[in-house]
Amino acid sequence: MEDLKKILVEKVLLYESDVLPPETESILRQIRREKTTAPVIYISSGTSSIISGSEETWSAIKTYLDENSLKTDLVRVGCQGPANFEPLVCIQLPGKNRLFFRNITGEKVDLLLNGVFHSDINEDDLAGQQGTRGFEMWPGIPFIEELPFFAHQKRIVMNNCGCYDPENIDEYIARNGFRAFAKTIRHYTFEEVCDIVERSGLRGRGGGGYLTGLKWKQALNTGSLSRYLVCNAKESDPGAFTDRTLLESDPFRLIEGIAIASYAIGTSNAIIFFRKGSEHALERIRKAIGKAREYGVLGNNIFSSGYSLDISVRREPGAFVCGEETALINTLEGKRGMPRLKPPYPTTSGLFGKPTVINNVETLMNVPVIMLNGPEWFRATGTESSPGTKVFAIAGKGRMSGVVEVEMGTSARTILEDIADGIKEGREFRAIQLGGVSGSFLTSENLDLEIDYETLREKGIGMGAGGFVIIDENTCMVDLVRHYMEFMRNENCGKCIPCREGTGRMLEILESIIRKPENEESGTTLERFKGVMQLDSIASVMKDTSLCGLGQNAPNPFMSALGNFREEFEEHIFDRKCRANVCRGLRTFSIDVEKCTGCTACASKCPVNAIYGTRLQPFFIVEEKCTGCGICYDICKFTAITVK
Amino acid sequence: MVFTIQVNNKKISAEKGETILSALNRHGIIIPTLCRMKDFTPTGACRMCVVEVDGREKLVTACSQPVEEWMKINTHSPRVINARKTIVELLLSNHPDDCLYCDRNLDCELQKLAGELNITERRIRSRKIKPRLDQSSPAIVRELSKCILCGRCVRVCEELITSTSLDFINKGRSTHVGPAMDRDLNFSSCISCGQCVIVCPTAALHEKHNIAEVKEYLNKPEILKAVQYSPLVPAGIAEEMGFRYSRDFDRVLNSVFRKIGFDKVFNTGTGTDICISEIAGQLLERIKNKSDKPLYISACPAWIKYAEQFMPEILPDVSTVKSPQQITGSLIKTVAAARAGVRPDKIFSVSVTPCTAMKFEARRDGMMRKGISDVDTVLTIRELSRLIKLFGIDVTNADPEPADEPMEGRSSVAAMAEVSGGMAEGVIRSVWFRLAKSEAERQMFKKLRSGASFREAAFNTGSVEISVAVVDGLTGLNKLKEARASGRKYDLIEVMTCPGGCINGAGISSMNTKDEKKNRAKMIWQADDTDAVNLPEKSPVIINLYEKLIKENREISDKKIFHTHYEKRDVLL
Repeated sequence: MEDLKKILVEKVLLYESDVLPPETESILRQIRREKTTAPVIYISSGTSSIISGSEETWSAIKTYLDENSLKTDLVRVGCQGPANFEPLVCIQLPGKNRLFFRNITGEKVDLLLNGVFHSDINEDDLAGQQGTRGFEMWPGIPFIEELPFFAHQKRIVMNNCGCYDPENIDEYIARNGFRAFAKTIRHYTFEEVCDIVERSGLRGRGGGGYLTGLKWKQALNTGSLSRYLVCNAKESDPGAFTDRTLLESDPFRLIEGIAIASYAIGTSNAIIFFRKGSEHALERIRKAIGKAREYGVLGNNIFSSGYSLDISVRREPGAFVCGEETALINTLEGKRGMPRLKPPYPTTSGLFGKPTVINNVETLMNVPVIMLNGPEWFRATGTESSPGTKVFAIAGKGRMSGVVEVEMGTSARTILEDIADGIKEGREFRAIQLGGVSGSFLTSENLDLEIDYETLREKGIGMGAGGFVIIDENTCMVDLVRHYMEFMRNENCGKCIPCREGTGRMLEILESIIRKPENEESGTTLERFKGVMQLDSIASVMKDTSLCGLGQNAPNPFMSALGNFREEFEEHIFDRKCRANVCRGLRTFSIDVEKCTGCTACASKCPVNAIYGTRLQPFFIVEEKCTGCGICYDICKFTAITVK
Repeated sequence: MVFTIQVNNKKISAEKGETILSALNRHGIIIPTLCRMKDFTPTGACRMCVVEVDGREKLVTACSQPVEEWMKINTHSPRVINARKTIVELLLSNHPDDCLYCDRNLDCELQKLAGELNITERRIRSRKIKPRLDQSSPAIVRELSKCILCGRCVRVCEELITSTSLDFINKGRSTHVGPAMDRDLNFSSCISCGQCVIVCPTAALHEKHNIAEVKEYLNKPEILKAVQYSPLVPAGIAEEMGFRYSRDFDRVLNSVFRKIGFDKVFNTGTGTDICISEIAGQLLERIKNKSDKPLYISACPAWIKYAEQFMPEILPDVSTVKSPQQITGSLIKTVAAARAGVRPDKIFSVSVTPCTAMKFEARRDGMMRKGISDVDTVLTIRELSRLIKLFGIDVTNADPEPADEPMEGRSSVAAMAEVSGGMAEGVIRSVWFRLAKSEAERQMFKKLRSGASFREAAFNTGSVEISVAVVDGLTGLNKLKEARASGRKYDLIEVMTCPGGCINGAGISSMNTKDEKKNRAKMIWQADDTDAVNLPEKSPVIINLYEKLIKENREISDKKIFHTHYEKRDVLL
């Protein structure tokens, strides 16, 4: 082991030329499992895989191998992206292309492995084969790269995801890992690194889209003696899981990115600010930092360059607003997570009053390839103003979901129709929500927009940090907006008035729209209309005056939904109807006399005793009592209950 | 560097580094503010001071944004006015609209803002915040439903008082301000100084009112109603009622109290004189014993509680002498009671002070004798002005009258004790007088009278050298600690919780400005130069008390009633 470490550090990382001698290359191929005599089984082990049952699959495979005393390599790898395929098992027989099997739960293992080891592959679970140079192709099996899900992606950041054991630093180094860092600290000055990254046009992937190299330069040029680099891994938008997946699947690359960025701004203090709840990723990153220290990639006087760096991991206390950069700084200082006034910006006075650069996980993971291949290479992908790629977390009502990486400039339609394979069960598309709870909606008119910072900004849409939620006709836009507003009301820091009170008032007004009409004669209707008239004005004042991005963007979903789905709001307000039949208060249930058998199932489950009738006779629902919960609708075996 | 910026299409000059707000204020343009406090760092929480700056997408807060040369500012455009108005309307939407019954009616900043912004209809509606009242503290009441979360109290408690008893709790709509663990105030480290009360824009924090109790006792003929007032009260009442203070008013107040219905009116200054001479006695004792530990002056009750909580190790060195209010109170229940021929339990003793912590102090253990408390109720100056108004007394038309014997007068140092450094100066002057048999030169005390938060001076009486430290506001404690850590030795240390001393107490007016504070201090020092009686030792009242009344009264001739004790206090920190 000690020898291998020495070889990897001295003959690979510190090797002067980019082309390694054949004998080293052969060692690396062995580490990469490209020259094996035994079969290799890869099991994905991201959070989504574990939830789908990959740990049971793992133990089932282990039992199978032990029982049949087969000599096989069993490797836990990161996540490939498609969440629908989990638990994903890849099997590589010696010299042959890797085969992808999807949804391999524990009980399917025996059948699968029997098939694979006896050349009788079960086509049902097979997703495809991965073409690798120098490997033998399986005849008649489609290539995984040609599946629409993968075909429209371009993987730069996710290049390693799901391909190697994220707890094994050797494999990362064998996959060109840490070579960019080793090259950087030996051959470039701080300014040169900033310059290269600036020339590459890399922009902050957290949503702001600020030029990363420029940010680094600002911090570097402050003249302060100590500085901080903070990696913001507090990804807390509901429905966004890109950072988590990247951290779980390729932690070493993040460490390399942080290391290069820290070097660029000349600091020895780097901090990863972690989300509460991503325990799996946290464990991975801690192990990875430990390994990196062991190999001398982190620590004092790295590779005798005179540069020292250590990365510490800090966990957030559990509030959405702590992801805002100034609130994040307050949290790191041990204070209440409340945003600070800007200016001063963190690059001039941040953590403990020192210049601080805060970068998103995805941004930092782009850095190693830029340093390795040069800014021009990076600029070749993506659009003129936004080079590179963007990682999205597809969630919601698409047929496929998971983490995908597309070239900047790809249209939302490609992501929706090709990568996500359209809407589940052929329902009608309604909107895509970009950028989480404070993002805007992309409707069918905007689907052909190229996704890059400038194009979206022109349309008043924020790119966000990677949330891509697909919404179909079964979702009520008013209810969705209400849900987001509720989230914001509960998660704001409580500091500034427009945001704290504004979110509360907007939520109350939205709730009044979808609440069951009671006592219509006693003036509640008037109140409701009065409230509705103020929604727009509150929203615009919130946008205009709030202290931080949370408050400024909190009305975005509402404003965007009102612009695109005005008729739906009007139906709720004037006709008191919810076309998606989601808003409980506006649903009316009735029993079809023809179909009802009088089985009493609905009456016994009704929580408010609104269903009356005699046994074996048709029942009826008392509308005044009904709360619209829909339990009867779900429980009726004879589809006798209809909803309007 | 001075340059011009354009504001509302007019050019005004601005200095590099200053905020938009200060540039505007200098040129007579008023911008409403809510969370802003002078001399504190801006937090930008209320967003009331937003202005429109050309080239900026969003509105900008004037309180925090530094001016820049290119700026074109619009301070009252429709967009800005609408934003400010909406913000206040949002605050009012769930505010408990009980202005007519509110403690701060006609004196409320939110009310004022609503008026200034012409809010005349309820545009945004919501449910009222659930009322939550915290009356646990003897000095301060919290009405959480009236809190608009401007955060001024939090900043004052942290930055000015350093006891950090209040902070924001929870997030989102549940955000509120409260002490540790969201318990009530009496469990917390609150020292009752009341600085938060002064800065609160609404009635979310106010002093506990004891007017009702006083009113009730005023109607009991069998009870002797005694009142004592601190030397600052006449000036405070003048300020509160909006007329110019003159020295005559000290005596006018005596008749005002009698008109309200008090039987006996005493001057707390007498107690201050006794306090000073008792501490001077203790200091002389220590000097004689060559003690190397400092003596802490114990006159500020908020500081005493602070020390009990945060610095229990110094408690043995804190002077056991009670505060002037308690000394006067104990004399009322003994000497005055004997003179009037009334049993102590038939006396209702009220004290009027510029301080909220005194309300707490009157209820301390050890502030009573034979089960009868020294002081029954404490009123702030604000409360007294309400009482005067309630009884319909025209203070400008009352005749001057003397206070009642035996505590009818004070020396000028007793008034100086209301200013930070004054108590220490009084003790030194008293010691000097006793040792050197002559009066100390005023010039020597210049160092103790400066405005710094930590001051020190040494005095050589010829036979001994006494070094004195004055901590003006609890922020100065750090400097004291540093100085002591570096080996400095002090014989006498005075600590005042409120910066500037009692002249900035929480019982005076609702918003103390620096100028008002300065005036109050100046007035007191000027009086010292002109007054004939400028030492406790020279005061006939004190001589009479010591030589005759106390000596002759066998019960109190041991002077134990002037002393108390302190213990380590366990609170939620």
